[in-house]
Amino acid sequence: MKQMDEILAEHSFFRGLPRPYLELVAGCGKNVRFEANQFIAREGEDADTFYLVRHGAVALELHLPNRGTRTLQTLGPGDILGWSWLVPPYRWRFDARAVEPTRAIALDGKCLREKCETDHDLGYALLKRFAYVLGQRLEATRLQLLDVYGAGS
Amino acid sequence: MEAEPLLPAPATVLRARRDTPDVYTLELEPPAGEFHFAPGQFNMLYAFGAGEVPISISGDPARPEHLVHTIRAVGAVSGALARLRRGDALGVRGPFGSAWPLEAARGDDVIVIAGGLGLAPLRPAIYRLLAERGRYGRVVLLYGARTPADILYARELERWRARFDLEVQVSVDRAEGDWRGNVGVVTSLLERVKFDPLDASAFVCGPEVMMRFAAVELERRGVAHERIHVSLERNMKCAVALCGRCQFGPHFVCRDGPVFRYDRVRDLMSKREV
Repeated sequence: MKQMDEILAEHSFFRGLPRPYLELVAGCGKNVRFEANQFIAREGEDADTFYLVRHGAVALELHLPNRGTRTLQTLGPGDILGWSWLVPPYRWRFDARAVEPTRAIALDGKCLREKCETDHDLGYALLKRFAYVLGQRLEATRLQLLDVYGAGS
Repeated sequence: MEAEPLLPAPATVLRARRDTPDVYTLELEPPAGEFHFAPGQFNMLYAFGAGEVPISISGDPARPEHLVHTIRAVGAVSGALARLRRGDALGVRGPFGSAWPLEAARGDDVIVIAGGLGLAPLRPAIYRLLAERGRYGRVVLLYGARTPADILYARELERWRARFDLEVQVSVDRAEGDWRGNVGVVTSLLERVKFDPLDASAFVCGPEVMMRFAAVELERRGVAHERIHVSLERNMKCAVALCGRCQFGPHFVCRDGPVFRYDRVRDLMSKREV
């Protein structure tokens, strides 16, 4: 069976992360499993964990009064779920719900946050990776806002 | 091309179907009984009394007795075409333009990325890829639509998805209610599919901004620009490179396109003045 650090090393998000850091991050990780429709995180809750989705699908949702629930984005295998653990106030901004049975690696963000405060090289390496993810999400959101498939496009 | 490229030939509607709230598919009896074309090409369709518009051919190139076009009703002419019913007549000129480079892609993994109505000009290429499935490596179709109600050829996508030799992923930009599929821009699906970027060809069709972002993602995955092809849409009128309305830098989209190698149009696609 593969060790946690091997699984992380194969993932594009952690590619190039020095071995000692990889082992450190792996030490903060555990395998988790969610049933379909199970909430992984709820808006406003403390964000102490982030996830590397390995199998399944996770919907990022927002509930709008009188308008019901909107799915903003679906994450799938290989995607990173959660960045709220990294920046104050460390609370989930959206609901995250497993759309189907989902397996993931849960990483202890609170523990990593403290380590990043004392080891800025680790902090920079992780921030650089999250900045890439956030940039992609921002780009995707802008495209969605453009409504490119609307009539006249 | 026919002998009189500016003269429409009469065709008859065999079937008319509404695909989504504003998209219709017309199946025509070809003017000469058979209509041969290459995947990616388009025809000029003439709604009598309303005018003529370029519409890509969306049927199976192996079934020349059925000429198929999928039309979004957005203007006076496309609206008139969408209102045609079985037995109605219209004019057809074509086929015109360049085609998806299916022969050059033989042996490659083929990544087909379609957005919205962009699936229509890619469908003939998908039919050909599946008919000659053994000649290609991994074949992947990534399709993005506005909402679940706007998904084009939904039944066909389901059938394709059930195949073991074709990977199909669908995403919508917006969803509510009981949609259990993917939400997000179609380009985000690229991260999730496996293919060999060094031996991959990509065919991309959809809104131009979506094609630009798709090309960036393909490049990020390592696909060479010269193996990415995009289908452009411009105001094509004569379809034979005479009127100049579809001029795109040094190209006429009706003659040199609509299918272009990405590295030949990349700079033009991001120029406001073009």
